Amino acid sequence: MAAEGAAERDQMVLLKQGAEAKIYSGTFMGRPAIIKERFSKAYRHPDLDKSLTVQRTKAEVRSIMRCRMIGICTPAVYFVDMERHRIYMEHVAASITVREYIADLERSCSANHVSALRPLAEKIGATVGLMHSHNVIHGDLTTSNMLLSRLPKDGPDAGGDTLDGYRLVLIDFGLGYKEGLAEDKGVDLYVLERAFLSTHPNTEALFSVILEHYKLGYGKGAADVINKLEEIRMRGRKRTMVG
Amino acid sequence: MVIAIGFEGSANKLGIGIIKDGVVLSNPRRTYITPPGQGFLPRDTAKHHQDCVLEVLKEALDTAKIDTNDIDIVCYTKGPGMGAPLVSVAVVARTVAQLWKKPLLGVNHCIAHIEMGRLITGAQNPTVLYVSGGNTQVISYSQRRYRIFGETIDIAVGNCLDRFARVLKLSNNPSPGYNIEQMAKRGKKFLELPYVVKGMDVSFSGLLSFIEERANQVLESGEFTPEDLCFSLQETIFAMLIEITERAMAHCGSQEVLIVGGVGCNKRLQEMMGIMADERGAKLFATDERFCIDNGAMIAQAGSEMFRSGQTMAWEDTFCTQRYRTDEVEVTWRD
Ligand SMILES: Nc1ncnc2c1ncn2[C@@H]1O[C@H](COP(=O)(O)OP(=O)(O)OP(=O)(O)O)[C@@H](O)[C@H]1O
Ligand SMILES: [Mg+2]
Repeated sequence: MAAEGAAERDQMVLLKQGAEAKIYSGTFMGRPAIIKERFSKAYRHPDLDKSLTVQRTKAEVRSIMRCRMIGICTPAVYFVDMERHRIYMEHVAASITVREYIADLERSCSANHVSALRPLAEKIGATVGLMHSHNVIHGDLTTSNMLLSRLPKDGPDAGGDTLDGYRLVLIDFGLGYKEGLAEDKGVDLYVLERAFLSTHPNTEALFSVILEHYKLGYGKGAADVINKLEEIRMRGRKRTMVG
Repeated sequence: MVIAIGFEGSANKLGIGIIKDGVVLSNPRRTYITPPGQGFLPRDTAKHHQDCVLEVLKEALDTAKIDTNDIDIVCYTKGPGMGAPLVSVAVVARTVAQLWKKPLLGVNHCIAHIEMGRLITGAQNPTVLYVSGGNTQVISYSQRRYRIFGETIDIAVGNCLDRFARVLKLSNNPSPGYNIEQMAKRGKKFLELPYVVKGMDVSFSGLLSFIEERANQVLESGEFTPEDLCFSLQETIFAMLIEITERAMAHCGSQEVLIVGGVGCNKRLQEMMGIMADERGAKLFATDERFCIDNGAMIAQAGSEMFRSGQTMAWEDTFCTQRYRTDEVEVTWRD
């Protein structure tokens, strides 16, 4: 395929090796690109492995497309190579993960990092709320799967939908799917809550801000999801855990 | 030097163990086994524990060859677990503590699994997969807590295995999970089952109802054998567990992984975890059924750690609680 050839000729530099994918930087048709390649896991049954790899590559592309249609920032997909389970996507420039961003703030201004993080929490809440209002479930909402990309000063995107010169970009949609049920949205929030609190201890106040702005971003129907979230939390607490 | 005696009876195992400075002196155990197709109920399990607790206590003391005067601390499982069995065993621990005039410490069962795993394997700061009849958690230590990174959002993995064993009417001796493991070794054909991972959490209830509904039909048609179903079930649920463990390891930058809890003695689970760890350049730590499955020594070990770090418990706090989360406990014995 021509597109493949174009990528082939370029250098691919391994940036990160995640649990199930390698992240390369390279180019696609001359543009800087991230190449996410899912690899096979030797521990799992070959049939299961094949099916999961294919499912997740498809899921990731579909969810990214859906998000972009509703105006949520995600990397643009350039090309999908199903044979090699590769997704060529936009390289989100000058970005760090929200996780790194929070850790940096905790170090630099530990005394009032919670108030410093408030605008970020608001943005996360509003973004996830908007996504859920369109029935898109992310499936793996963690602070590692959100990027903050520094906007060029006075660039076309500056101001408006920004956060102190940063743009919030959602990535890693391999566990994503479309679903309207409050249960699935509630679980999505529950995953975010647990990831947030276990990665960043003592940030309960921030999660409340996320939820407040989730409601605003979601609009009508948010209350059902928040009630579900409460129910899901209770399930966890009530489990007697025998054995 | 610390000598601790631990009493465990939160589920269908009754165990009493004695530990002296990390050396297991004795660790006898009895298991309440129900007929095929049946789970264990709180009342009958409590009765079982009551019937054999004194005999097991005598065995623990005789084997350890120690004078009860030399015991520093009496430990018992405070929770989580089934109410009636927990209380039947705690009452004995309270009694001997008073008789021997020793302090008493209530121990979190999950923490005890972790501390026993660390003691036996020597793992320093592992990501822990805790898998048993009632628990499925991925845990990592930070800032004085064992923090839960992932867990089941519905039923526990052991519970899922046990309930499937009931569908096939497998024996509960020595445990349903063990018999599934043996059958799975002879399975060949893979049936694709619902695979549900959400972030670092897993869900088994959809998978269980799927296989419960279809089992008889695919068996009668001859399409799959019971062995194939055991094999497919194990391959699927273990892959889910390895996946979330690996996520947590990547998340925490961890180079060690420890499997604890009753399901943790499954050789196939250990093998899969070993392959994952290898690929990451990490090290796998696991123990065998003596220490993976609920036992008294693990309660003694966690209690020893608490005792050494200066923890005490007021008499009125030595009750039992069915719900007691791993991350509720302040870990005073680690940095
Ligand atoms: N489009 C992108 N632009 C810039 N950086 C990216 C982009 N996609 C991914 N990254 C970087 O790579 C890291 C990992 O990406 P991603 O979350 O998609 O894969 P992963 O987490 O390794 O996959 P898995 O969750 O299956 O292990 C991100 O945290 C981010 O730092
Ligand atoms: Mg990721």
